[in-house]
Amino acid sequence: MAALHFHNVTLGYDRHPAVHHLNGEVASGALVAVIGPNGAGKSTLLRGIVGILKPLDGSIHLGGLDARDIAYLPQSAEIDRTFPISVFDFVATGLWRATGLFGGIGKPAREKILDTIASVGLNGFENRPIGTLSGGQMQRVLFARVLLQDARLIVLDEPFNAIDSKTTADLLALVKHWHGEGRTVLAALHDMEMVRTHFRDTLVLARGPVAWGPTAEVLTPENLLVAMRMCEAFDDSAAACAADDARSRAA
Amino acid sequence: MVYDALIGPFTEFEFMRRALAAVIALSLAGAPIGVFLMLRRMSLVGDAMAHAILPGAAVGFLLSGLNLFAMTAGGLIAGFAVAILAGVVARSTGLKEDASLATFYLASLALGVTIVSIKGTNIDLLHVLFGNILAMDDQTLLVVAFNATVTLLVLAVIYRPLVIESVDPLFLRTVSRAGGPAHLAFLALVVINLVNGFQALGTLLAVGLMILPAGIARFWSRDLTVMICIAVVAAAVSGYAGLVLSFQTRVPSGPAIILVATVFYIVSVLFGRVGGIVRQLFPGRHLEA
Repeated sequence: MAALHFHNVTLGYDRHPAVHHLNGEVASGALVAVIGPNGAGKSTLLRGIVGILKPLDGSIHLGGLDARDIAYLPQSAEIDRTFPISVFDFVATGLWRATGLFGGIGKPAREKILDTIASVGLNGFENRPIGTLSGGQMQRVLFARVLLQDARLIVLDEPFNAIDSKTTADLLALVKHWHGEGRTVLAALHDMEMVRTHFRDTLVLARGPVAWGPTAEVLTPENLLVAMRMCEAFDDSAAACAADDARSRAA
Repeated sequence: MVYDALIGPFTEFEFMRRALAAVIALSLAGAPIGVFLMLRRMSLVGDAMAHAILPGAAVGFLLSGLNLFAMTAGGLIAGFAVAILAGVVARSTGLKEDASLATFYLASLALGVTIVSIKGTNIDLLHVLFGNILAMDDQTLLVVAFNATVTLLVLAVIYRPLVIESVDPLFLRTVSRAGGPAHLAFLALVVINLVNGFQALGTLLAVGLMILPAGIARFWSRDLTVMICIAVVAAAVSGYAGLVLSFQTRVPSGPAIILVATVFYIVSVLFGRVGGIVRQLFPGRHLEA
């Protein structure tokens, strides 16, 4: 059974596609790496999956999943770390599905939050403002929130960027643990060696799909070269997408 | 002597008691809103909005004189109109939203002053621009208290999404649709509190009792709840001290309140525990951990 179906999906901003004409599906319980150069559309695709960005064309179907069955780990640059919020309160937002607007956080929930913070190696950090954390510590906090969300589909946007090898190893172990539990995990990554070693399936993206399948078959020098040579044009006077015309003529 | 100076005016004169009650109500509601304005980097947006709502409040004034209810309704309509128009122009032309808002608020301010001048006297104009908390009647005080109560209730409802939207908006959008409504409700609260501040401080200074206490609080705590409490206390103390100063020296009440808050702000900038200048110059010996 598939957790995600892409039907000729085009995602972008102001009619300019960042990813176009993506077809395919992600099997339930799969562990998929999304790779590609900067500007390839990885983050845009993940935003489309979690529902932050509506497709310009085509559709994304979540196979029986509710939008709230999805946990999303954004790039840490998206987070305002000057905001005065403690690690505990930040991680606790992962319980939104259970608490909503008004639900209180009782003793069992408090213990669960503390256990989760401890499980990512941040015991004793509960009362620290997030603005005082290092990049690696903040990434652990984000993983703790994903843990609390207890979601069936987990979407990670460059989760190992600019963090040390120990933190990377710890967090990668968590990702593999989620996969072991049968959750579906998609991660945008840059480290090819990590993808080769730990991710069974890979989508190579370069504003459109270059290759998608088992990592060993997809991660070839030829495909990577195609991805590197992607067109980065952003042209306000560009013509409407010819592929769309061809499709409508065929239909 | 000290009693006569600090307590006497309030036991002796009813208008001073009403002014104190109003300034406490304004502090309880306006200061938490100011903290969120500051943390969401919208301090100057609040200032711009204070000017933008003037035409609406002025139309309310034209229709029913210095009636806070009519001015609140007019201010709310004008505030939302300017916020939406500025947003539409920014999105359809590529102009930055702050530049677009600046244009609209300047036009609004000019329009508002013109409207007040057509019907009112220069005294009315001064009243709208700078307020006069000492002239507050019972009905106006009740409207101020009502607006403050509504503000606190709505803020309690939107508090959680507002916090999450401030720190991690993408996350909130993935788990809930509460972010947009919470932001709109917050903007409405900003406008309500600006209009509420009209009577006391006038359109030019209404935002002062929101933003200055928030700025003060930022220098004393890294915790949001504590920050809000400090801001409320700072606003109320500034209000009280400003009223006493105004009573004793005949300085206009609105500017007196804001000047006292400014003194607290300067003290906080110098001696604040979190990022104060003295603390940075003389941090003491470094800690072990």
